[in-house]
Amino acid sequence: MMKLEAVIQPSRFESVKDALREIGVEGMTVTEVRGHGRQKGHTEVYRGREYTVDLLPKIKLEMVLPDNLVNRVVDTILKSAKTGKIGDGKIFLSRVDEAIRIRNEERGENAL
Amino acid sequence: MNDKLAQLDKDVKAAQSSADNAWMLVSAALVLMMTGPGLALFYGGLVRRKNTLAIMMQSFALMALITVMWALVGYSLCFGGSGPVIGGFEHAFLRGVGAEPNPDYAGTIPQMTFMVYQLMFAVITPALITGATAERMKFSGTVLFMVLWFLVVYAPLAHMVWGKGGFLNASLGGRFPTLDFAGGTVVHISSGVSALVCALYMGKRSGYPKQPMPPHSLVLSFIGACLLWVGWFGFNAGSALAAGSLASSAFVATHFGAAAAALSWSAAEWVKNGRASALGAISGAVAGLVAITPAAGFVGPMPALIIGAVAGVACFLMVTKVKAAFGYDDALDAFGVHGAGGTIGALLTGVFAQQVINPIFGVGKSVGGLDGHWGQVGNQLVGVGVAWAFALLGTFVLLKIVDLLTGIRVPEEHEMEGLDITQHGEEAYNLET
Repeated sequence: MMKLEAVIQPSRFESVKDALREIGVEGMTVTEVRGHGRQKGHTEVYRGREYTVDLLPKIKLEMVLPDNLVNRVVDTILKSAKTGKIGDGKIFLSRVDEAIRIRNEERGENAL
Repeated sequence: MNDKLAQLDKDVKAAQSSADNAWMLVSAALVLMMTGPGLALFYGGLVRRKNTLAIMMQSFALMALITVMWALVGYSLCFGGSGPVIGGFEHAFLRGVGAEPNPDYAGTIPQMTFMVYQLMFAVITPALITGATAERMKFSGTVLFMVLWFLVVYAPLAHMVWGKGGFLNASLGGRFPTLDFAGGTVVHISSGVSALVCALYMGKRSGYPKQPMPPHSLVLSFIGACLLWVGWFGFNAGSALAAGSLASSAFVATHFGAAAAALSWSAAEWVKNGRASALGAISGAVAGLVAITPAAGFVGPMPALIIGAVAGVACFLMVTKVKAAFGYDDALDAFGVHGAGGTIGALLTGVFAQQVINPIFGVGKSVGGLDGHWGQVGNQLVGVGVAWAFALLGTFVLLKIVDLLTGIRVPEEHEMEGLDITQHGEEAYNLET
């Protein structure tokens, strides 16, 4: 099992979600986050005072996937989240030791 | 025949009184609306989220506090008696204030109406100061300071400029007749200059100017500014104290001043930043409304456009350049808009006032500088100087006293946590409940 975390542009979220549903991804956890990588923020001016806003709104997707789905999901996200500009975000993959469904205590990939 | 004529005369007077009274009651309500919700929303949106209720509550508390003070002694100190500096106690507890008009001030409406109309001015004036003390002043200190300020600064100034025998009064025997139609000196200079003293005395908000403190909701501020604009028709056109053509003239001047200032502030911002912001446009409109206030019943539409345009740019420079250069933390720019705008408006009133609009010095006598009476600019300077001096001194002394009695400023950890929770025990937004 792999855990996939993707931080993406909020404007691409609906397309990514639809594309993932089409390839059979059944669950995900989504949070609205703020952050930045190499992308610079923007400046706001209120009555002459300038504020640099460097933490920009992003969407973070988290899902734990069976090994056989990982590559397809990564490809799908790459395709559907890309705008080609700085600030498109990143995907992180990590290994997951165990998954347990709380309702019936199923374990491993069956719990996903 | 004589009986019939007398009856007709009575009927005509009653009809005029009804018409004037209707407009003045509406105007009084409009001016109250400027404080709540107008100013409360305007200021409420400009503070950080954690201080929203605290600043709104300050405006609302003044609606109640000043009203009670007004009934007890306030009205009498402003409009009773005929001393040069302060009124007397003849109308204390509103004695003698009833259905009969007070011919010194407004001969066609019940004195009751005049009294309640003037009350609304006394409510909003101290509320304007809270823009400078925002996000760090104790509620207890605010209440005590405002009550004292109303007695020591507002009441004398209102009497000097508007009260019978006041030494700045333009039509009732003043030594230096100062033109102030609706409150350039009494309302805006007094509150704006006091706001500056408060900002200097209290010091900066913790973290200012390094830490960003952007407005938490310009939507609230936008609604508030638009309500202020509408309410200002009651403030300025109502100051004609009747529903006649002078009210129309003041209404028009008010509207044109606001529009010109909204444009000129926006234009200045566009030149400087390459964009016109919503906050800039609404701030400009308020600056224009402030500046046209003393002039509203004395100038025509074209001078109103000029006064507005000048005020928009001048106040823009005050809040962007001057404030930054001197480093005082006038949090919501009460001085930059009301102190500066009021001063500019009061002086330009002396330049542009015209007898064809308002022959206040008598038929055939010129009023303002361009009308042929440049001495009026000197009178305006005296009025402005007195208002500045009163506000500077009075506010400083009162701050010292209040600081000893209740304290002025919240402790730093309360400032961090926010005034809503620490002063009032509640939050403006419980979005997760």
